[in-house]
Amino acid sequence: MTRFSALSLLKNAMTGHKDWEPQWPDSEPKQEYDVVIVGAGGHGLGAAYYLAKEHGITNVAVIDKGWLGGGNTGRNTTIIRSNYLYDESARMYDHALDLWEGLSQELNYNVMFSQRGVMMLAHNVHDVQSFHRHLHSNRLNGVDNQWLTPEEAKAYCPPLNISKSARYPVMGAALQRRAGTARHDAVAWGYARAAAARGVDIVQNCPVTAIRRDSNGAVEGVETARGFIRAKKVAVSAAGHTSVLMDTAGVRLPLESYPLQALVSEPVKPIFPCVVMSNTVHAYVSQSDKGELVVGAGTDQYTSYSQRGGLPHIQHTVAAVCEVFPIFTRMRMLRKWGGIVDVTPDRSPILNKTPVQGLYVNCGWGTGGFKATPGAANVLAWTVARDEPHPINAPFHLDRFRTGRLIDEAAAAAVAH
Amino acid sequence: MLLIHCPYCDEDLPELEFTYAGEAHIDRPADPASLDDEAWRNYLFIRSNVKGPHYERWRHNHGCARFFNAVRDTVSDRFLTTYRVGEPRPDLESLIGKEGRE
Ligand SMILES: Cc1cc2nc3c(=O)[nH]c(=O)nc-3n(C[C@H](O)[C@H](O)[C@H](O)COP(=O)(O)OP(=O)(O)OC[C@H]3O[C@@H](n4cnc5c(N)ncnc54)[C@H](O)[C@@H]3O)c2cc1C
Ligand SMILES: [Zn+2]
Repeated sequence: MTRFSALSLLKNAMTGHKDWEPQWPDSEPKQEYDVVIVGAGGHGLGAAYYLAKEHGITNVAVIDKGWLGGGNTGRNTTIIRSNYLYDESARMYDHALDLWEGLSQELNYNVMFSQRGVMMLAHNVHDVQSFHRHLHSNRLNGVDNQWLTPEEAKAYCPPLNISKSARYPVMGAALQRRAGTARHDAVAWGYARAAAARGVDIVQNCPVTAIRRDSNGAVEGVETARGFIRAKKVAVSAAGHTSVLMDTAGVRLPLESYPLQALVSEPVKPIFPCVVMSNTVHAYVSQSDKGELVVGAGTDQYTSYSQRGGLPHIQHTVAAVCEVFPIFTRMRMLRKWGGIVDVTPDRSPILNKTPVQGLYVNCGWGTGGFKATPGAANVLAWTVARDEPHPINAPFHLDRFRTGRLIDEAAAAAVAH
Repeated sequence: MLLIHCPYCDEDLPELEFTYAGEAHIDRPADPASLDDEAWRNYLFIRSNVKGPHYERWRHNHGCARFFNAVRDTVSDRFLTTYRVGEPRPDLESLIGKEGRE
């Protein structure tokens, strides 16, 4: 693998960029691996990378039913932040944020991580109070988050409408300056390239149809469209499809899969300097480096695997965007799409061992797991390598739904990420 | 937008009139006090999350306001049938067979 550097760019520029070698090989599966990871999203690919780099386990396959990064990793609105309410979440998402800050260097791949700040708007007294609760909790956890007056919010994001006559006037905002966005595809590609360089096989277009267990109940391997692949350790990181697959191993999960949609506008010149989220009117917006407005919509009310989502949500979101940013009323929208997100009852992920020996799961990231990608991948690798959770993901076990020790970000935020 | 048939109003109406109310045919425990933690977890949190025909509840809250049940294919979002609360769970084989003949 050629390292990217000013020199290698220059050298390839001389030959019209025609001599770049493929970034990773499209592997055929071997019959046996030490570890099989199901799902080549950012989480699965990242876990393979950290298994190889930090734990010396390189006989690893990442298997995907489609193209790598074609799931929610390539479909999300790329918002990255860590100002969650509970201690467990703060540690998890802040671990990810720490890794984001060095990720382009670490992978020798530009993931375009941009700490442009994420601002959440408060539109009513309840928002103001709940944001302050978050602010205080974040401060105790060493997570940055700051209160802005409506005027300060407008200074930070000039297109914002702070008129008192707005239907949902802006009463203030919480700003995390360390937060921002990254190029989602590049995250998948960067991890894939770095993992493959350390010997990991990336097998694409190969659906895993079942998880096979031996007579003692331990994991034996996975059934796939290209035959049985033996592995004593299997980690499932399949987002919206996780419960379907885990069912085949006899593990039932507290998950429901919903379509979540996003849309982008035509590209325009830089106008929008940060990320703005408004939970009350349900609009969140940022501007990509290509110039498109990236707009997140809500989840459908019904469970579905259709990967489309209903039009009413798009209409609702566009109406909300026009309300908060009247400047965008004449903007044309180019595309919309959906991804299937796996939602847990407390809106926190499940990332841990399972009752089945050798079977690990990383799921339940729902509407907000892109931001966690490096952190989740990093502790998933640890959990698989040592057969015990890292202290950061230890609280995110499946058993919390039995004991009642939930990490209730649902009650804390009640919105998409 | 989905068009949903309310079995009480006997009309196909837009999704916006309805609220989804989760998986159907999950019985409330008859004797809650006798349940252990595992049984509570299963009742409260574990769902089948089917990829395919799914038994589910809807409520026609901007119409007759009544709850009813439905079978919807979660891959195509197509409703196979809707039926009133209290009616038995329709047999999948016959539903899919009927679909096939149409
Ligand atoms: C519209 C939208 C907007 C979002 N916005 C944000 C946001 O702004 N910020 C944020 O933090 N998060 C956001 N999210 C959530 C985020 O995208 C996900 O939580 C995260 O990307 C999950 O990553 P992953 O690697 O676990 O899953 P994925 O990228 O979905 O990877 C799972 C992979 O598993 C594969 N797979 C599934 N079943 C099988 C099988 N049987 N065999 C083989 N392979 C299989 C799939 O093909 C897929 O590639 C958003 C999601 C959506 C849909
Ligand atoms: Zn009705």
